[in-house]
Amino acid sequence: MQHSEVTIRDAAAGDIQTVIRLDEIHTGLAKPDYWREMFAAYVTAAHFGRFFLIAEAAGEVAGFIVGEIRTWEFGSPPCGWVFAVNVSPDCREGGIGSGLLDAICARFRDCGVGTVRTMISRNDPLNLAFFRSQGMTAGPYIELEKSVEPV
Amino acid sequence: MRLQKSTEFALYAVLELAADPGRQMSTADIAVRYGISAHHLAKVMRQLVRAGLIQSVRGVGGGYRFSGNVKRVTLWDIIELFEPEAPGDGEAGYDTPIARALYRVRAEIDDLARATMQSITLKSLLKFAPAETVEGLARTL
Repeated sequence: MQHSEVTIRDAAAGDIQTVIRLDEIHTGLAKPDYWREMFAAYVTAAHFGRFFLIAEAAGEVAGFIVGEIRTWEFGSPPCGWVFAVNVSPDCREGGIGSGLLDAICARFRDCGVGTVRTMISRNDPLNLAFFRSQGMTAGPYIELEKSVEPV
Repeated sequence: MRLQKSTEFALYAVLELAADPGRQMSTADIAVRYGISAHHLAKVMRQLVRAGLIQSVRGVGGGYRFSGNVKRVTLWDIIELFEPEAPGDGEAGYDTPIARALYRVRAEIDDLARATMQSITLKSLLKFAPAETVEGLARTL
């Protein structure tokens, strides 16, 4: 579905319930406390390099994207990080996700950053395929983990 | 990730046809374009037909045409038709701790490769292919 009138704007405090609902639809988990903290850090308080953007179609919230500039993590020069993106199931395949990513990349670029990164579960083919379709490829870092449970 | 010849041929054929789903190509046309064995490719094409990714077109100017969904079919959908299952506990030495540790490393690499291939749709790959292919795709989407 193509949406001819999509606008992308900064998130406002009043968007929180819609964001919680969209996230719950996608992940199956309601995380109101998490999103309240995110709104406090990324929406109501202004910080350089932090962006929480909303896509609106026909006056309704159709999706959102959240990211920030991270500097010198593990020696990496400043780069943009996208750590949440979500488009309402009713509005998918209409270019809204691409528009959100383009918009946040433009914000990163305006801050002097030339690279954008993200991290996706290998068991999340929907988001993996989305970022691939936007030209993102494997980067120079490998994510590692180990259990810290008592043995 | 090393792919078998059949897998490589299948990827070439499906991507070539998917670049312009309205176009028909013969096995010989594809074989010449990629410099590969037409005999081997013919076997691959039959398997791709059975999988529903391409269809055979009879008559003058017949050949094959893409019949999948370019936005949904991933590289892995093609690869898994031709690649054998990952090796495992049937391998020689598997009951030793070193062999099992080595197997875990190989499984880790295989998992990453599979996730990568599953994340790339035909449309995504063709989007970043050279212009001559992308033009064909653009005409049909």
